[in-house]
Amino acid sequence: MAFLHVTDREGARHEIEGADGWRVMELLRDSGLGVEGICGGACDCASCHVIVAPEWAEKLPAAREDELLKLDELPAIEETSRLSCQILWSEALDGLALTIAEIA
Amino acid sequence: MDAAVTASSTANRYDVAIIGAGPTGLFAVFELGLLGLKAVVVDVLDKPGGQCAELYPEKPIYDIPSWPIITGQELTDKLLEQIAPFGAAFRLGQLVTGFARKPDGRFSLTLSEGERIEAGAVFIAAGAGSFAPRKPKVEGLEAFEGKSVFYAVRNRAALAGQDLLVVGGGDSALDWAIDLVGTAKSVTLMHRSDRFRAAPASVAKMRSLEAEGRLRFVEGDLHALTGENGDLSAVTIKSKNGFESLAATRLLAFFGLSIELGPIGDWGLDLADGKQIRVDTEKFQTTTEGVFAIGDINYYPGKLKLILSGFHEAALASHAAFKIVRPEEKLRFQYTTSSSELQSRLQVSGASKAA
Ligand SMILES: Cc1cc2nc3c(=O)[nH]c(=O)nc-3n(C[C@H](O)[C@H](O)[C@H](O)COP(=O)(O)OP(=O)(O)OC[C@H]3O[C@@H](n4cnc5c(N)ncnc54)[C@H](O)[C@@H]3O)c2cc1C
Repeated sequence: MAFLHVTDREGARHEIEGADGWRVMELLRDSGLGVEGICGGACDCASCHVIVAPEWAEKLPAAREDELLKLDELPAIEETSRLSCQILWSEALDGLALTIAEIA
Repeated sequence: MDAAVTASSTANRYDVAIIGAGPTGLFAVFELGLLGLKAVVVDVLDKPGGQCAELYPEKPIYDIPSWPIITGQELTDKLLEQIAPFGAAFRLGQLVTGFARKPDGRFSLTLSEGERIEAGAVFIAAGAGSFAPRKPKVEGLEAFEGKSVFYAVRNRAALAGQDLLVVGGGDSALDWAIDLVGTAKSVTLMHRSDRFRAAPASVAKMRSLEAEGRLRFVEGDLHALTGENGDLSAVTIKSKNGFESLAATRLLAFFGLSIELGPIGDWGLDLADGKQIRVDTEKFQTTTEGVFAIGDINYYPGKLKLILSGFHEAALASHAAFKIVRPEEKLRFQYTTSSSELQSRLQVSGASKAA
């Protein structure tokens, strides 16, 4: 079994079980951690903005152009900001640590 | 009493007030119209269509019954065409801020520009909530908002002679930066990167103005605002080279739109998860009689946030609302194919002579 380590907006930590082939946004949304995923993963609403732990940032597949453009639209982002709808879960991500960003 | 006042107060009386012009709110106009009920639709966006028109006008949708493929904008246009015969009133670009039940049992809604509308029933079709401009993350922002920091241009002339800073990398930011060259004393466009989410022609135009020295482009993030009593004098920006101060007396920020529940959260409704309004599945009525919630905004066991669910909910809520708004009348169930009454409301003449 592979797990995702999440810090929510209040600073509480959670361990969430991954599901192969799911988007990380869907894992967060269905865990009731306040990630809405309004656009269902279309890279359109940025409601799934997360900040990935620095040691994981490099290991994830790089963001594509439309994700970078959407992130650039937000008033504030961090070095390792990602839209979690663009991160596909697999066993290889076991231990992935991230923080749910403030609602922009 | 003043005649004009009387006229406007009756003009603002409707059978049903619909909050939200997304697909659900629009289709509710249709279902209410078939029953002979007059609706008014309010949306904070300046165009109808809700998420479909704002977030994905060009994207194809594949699960609208009988439309194998239709884009968000096409769906909106078709809905507007379908509801046209019913002549619903629209109040666009306005947020419903206040909601109250009057002593006679009817409802009064207050809009952001101060207008009041009155209705016998209310349909909350507010989707994921109201769209609002995303705000810069800087301290003391509130003091500047509406005085020297804006999220839209309402009064172009007021920007004349100002040192203008436009922030953002989308069409709105580029279009306004370009447009205001010549009006403002100086124009600076700032964006986090040199990637733009805008029409290539606008990017090219911006670059040529930059080359002519009529517009300055800087890469960076807004860090702080400086000024007194809401009068901006400078901003601090954070870029690859560190912090830098920039003279600016007006700031236009275009960070796109976010969606938040908004005023609806304060109306004493039963909220599931703090975000969705709990309804029954017979009438899609909230815990307040006469107030219905349909589409993405509602919650009931088994709820699916799909456009088709909103359509179904609109039909049932409309029938339930009829009984509240027209208690003295009998509700007659009829089909559009065979009822001449429905066909005359639709302004069509069907083949059938029945009913
Ligand atoms: C990218 C994307 C893809 C999607 N794909 C599909 C799909 O393939 N199939 C599908 O069925 N669904 C899809 N959806 C979901 C679908 O768009 C929603 O289910 C649908 O828009 C809900 O309609 P609605 O009318 O209930 O709410 P919305 O479309 O959200 O409209 C609600 C409106 O209410 C307004 N409002 C809210 N509060 C106030 C207030 N206080 N005052 C004034 N106005 C207010 C808002 O501004 C908004 O315009 C998708 C959504 C997105 C973002």
